[in-house]
Amino acid sequence: MSSLKASNGVVDAIWKLLASIQLTIVLLMSLAGTSIIGTLIPQNSEPAAYVAAFGETLFRFFSVLGLFDMYHSWWFQILIVLLAANVVVCSADRLSAGRRILFVRQPAYQAARFRSLPDREAFTEERGPEILRALYEPYVSRKARAVHIETTEDGFRMFGENGRWTRFGVYAVHLSVVLLLIGGLIGSIFGFDGFVTIPEGDTVQQISLRSTGERLRLPFAIRCDDFDVSFYETGAPKEFRSSLTLLENGRPVLQKEIIVNDPLRYQGISIFQSSYGTVPSREAVLSFTSRGTGMVYTQEMKVGQEAHLPENLGTFVLAELRHQTQFKGHPVGDAFIGRLTTPDGTAQEVVLPIRFPTFDRMRRGEVVIAVDQFKEKHYTGLQVNKDPGVDVVYSGFILMILGCYVTFFRSHQQVCVEAVRKGSGALVTIYGTANKNKASMQRRIQRLAIALKEMK
Amino acid sequence: MTSSVLLSATTFIYGIAGFLYCFAWVFKKPGAGRLASWVTLGGLAGNTAGFILRWVESYRMGFGHAPLSNLYESLIFFAWTIALIYLFIEWRYQNRVIGAFSAPLAFLTMAYASLSPNISDRIQPLIPALKSNWLIAHVITCFIGYGAFAVAFGVSIMYLLKSRRGEGEGGLVGRFPPTAVLDELTHQLGMFGFLFLSAGIITGAVWANSAWGRYWGWDPKETWSLITWFIYATLLHARMMRGWRGRRIAWLSIVGFGAVLFTYFGVNLLPGLHSYQSMGQ
Repeated sequence: MSSLKASNGVVDAIWKLLASIQLTIVLLMSLAGTSIIGTLIPQNSEPAAYVAAFGETLFRFFSVLGLFDMYHSWWFQILIVLLAANVVVCSADRLSAGRRILFVRQPAYQAARFRSLPDREAFTEERGPEILRALYEPYVSRKARAVHIETTEDGFRMFGENGRWTRFGVYAVHLSVVLLLIGGLIGSIFGFDGFVTIPEGDTVQQISLRSTGERLRLPFAIRCDDFDVSFYETGAPKEFRSSLTLLENGRPVLQKEIIVNDPLRYQGISIFQSSYGTVPSREAVLSFTSRGTGMVYTQEMKVGQEAHLPENLGTFVLAELRHQTQFKGHPVGDAFIGRLTTPDGTAQEVVLPIRFPTFDRMRRGEVVIAVDQFKEKHYTGLQVNKDPGVDVVYSGFILMILGCYVTFFRSHQQVCVEAVRKGSGALVTIYGTANKNKASMQRRIQRLAIALKEMK
Repeated sequence: MTSSVLLSATTFIYGIAGFLYCFAWVFKKPGAGRLASWVTLGGLAGNTAGFILRWVESYRMGFGHAPLSNLYESLIFFAWTIALIYLFIEWRYQNRVIGAFSAPLAFLTMAYASLSPNISDRIQPLIPALKSNWLIAHVITCFIGYGAFAVAFGVSIMYLLKSRRGEGEGGLVGRFPPTAVLDELTHQLGMFGFLFLSAGIITGAVWANSAWGRYWGWDPKETWSLITWFIYATLLHARMMRGWRGRRIAWLSIVGFGAVLFTYFGVNLLPGLHSYQSMGQ
């Protein structure tokens, strides 16, 4: 309020409100209290699940309040923006009010102020003030900053200070909070958060965004060359590993194996190992057993391929791989579907469930077809992100830790050593003050007294 | 000797220490108090040895990792931080009554880890998400913070008990340190804990960014750690800037420790990415 005296009463009132520590306390408590809601109500689930859990009326009410995505709701964002404004205004206000303490080269020491301090240590010296002054000056100048010596009627006063800069610690913490919010904002505006699954051997260039489900085209393509998962003896997963190649205009530009906690970063985009699964491959080795001769013929086939069977058994087309197949109302799992055309020209559909190799015997045809070898392929699930705000956030992190340490555990201390002639010697008194952790000031004064007494 | 045996013994030792501190306080026996200090130090040594031995054992099992990876191991470390921080306070303030309110916390933590049928003390290999050097930094910083908040909780309880009586009054509560000292101690521990809680949240965020590609995701555990952070931030601002003292600060410290406990245990009941820490593992 001191410097920015606005003529407008409303602006003044708003400034006053934003500069108040009561607002800080109210905001911190509100953020703590409301944050609980989002941990009790699962966030970003399907509307149907919410209706089932809360009923229609409560669901609408909660929807209006944005409780299903509450950390991004308007009112929660307002609380955060208010906190940021509060932090900035409070800091500006205090910096401006304290500029005479914070931004001076040579502080104006006042003897009267030191004399009124409770923390002091006094001793008598046989040597006179002149000798002591010559002895103390180099020591105090070495130990303290902004040393100032004044001559008094019957002696001298020596002032010094340490740690004036520590008064900036709290502003560093406040700045760090602002940096975190700015970094978060940069990330949400200029970044994205997406997901893609790639079967081994496949290449993709488009990912799905988590927030909207929209597709996003990357400036490069990702090929999954290989995926491996290993397990401990206990059955718990040990490692997920994807070998990825990034391609620009079809040319490989980067190759890397990624595991959880070791992502790939390229052009500001990070690719994280996130999940995995299996997809049936569209290839199989099929066996054809002739009922007449008992001969078994095997052939590797791809979906869409046609095979002419020996012994004039006809032609077979591997038509498709059908997931969760039903055969006469019974689930038989994943199955290949083929079309067998016998030499007389009759065609029939053949179902070849992967799990039941003898299934086709039931058809009682001239040839029994079975899936002999079938290899499942893995797919890798990748988290694909871009967050240009991370560096800002990380600098906020570092600043916060340093700032907290300085704010809590370092202080701005001033001492005054006063010597007054007493007979042929002198009475020396040391006064000290600190802006925090006053208990340790007394100990510091005692240590200084011991050091000065021992000076030769 | 296995780490399990050593850590069970440590539980017992912390129990004895808690009993001795209470005995010394209630019956005014300074000798028992001094003994309690040594017993606590012994417990801390056993706790440390058990921790190191467990680390060694995990290497012998072929998948060595720091014993900071599940609920059992974190409880062991939590007890260790409580005992260490308490002993430091005892040495700094030369007062053993606080021990009657701190050593039992270390004992209860260890006893919960050792005796609860829901907590497995088996050494398990690390799942992929936990394989990171940030695991060690994250758990250590968090639990140093939690340890400070636990001792602050004990001190705040003492403050509330004492503030209901007059300052000069005798009796059991009369042997507590002066209320001004208890209030100052809550503040000091609050600052220390806040620094480490901040560091814990930050190391967790950096780790989350390297494992999952986001430094913050409003996962319940993250959110609850932030709630805890908000509460202690309130305490520090109220005290430093608004001059709150005494009962209100003590209550904030108690509520804050409640949030710590919920962040630690309660969140396992909610869904989220930290569920590997759940009871059955």
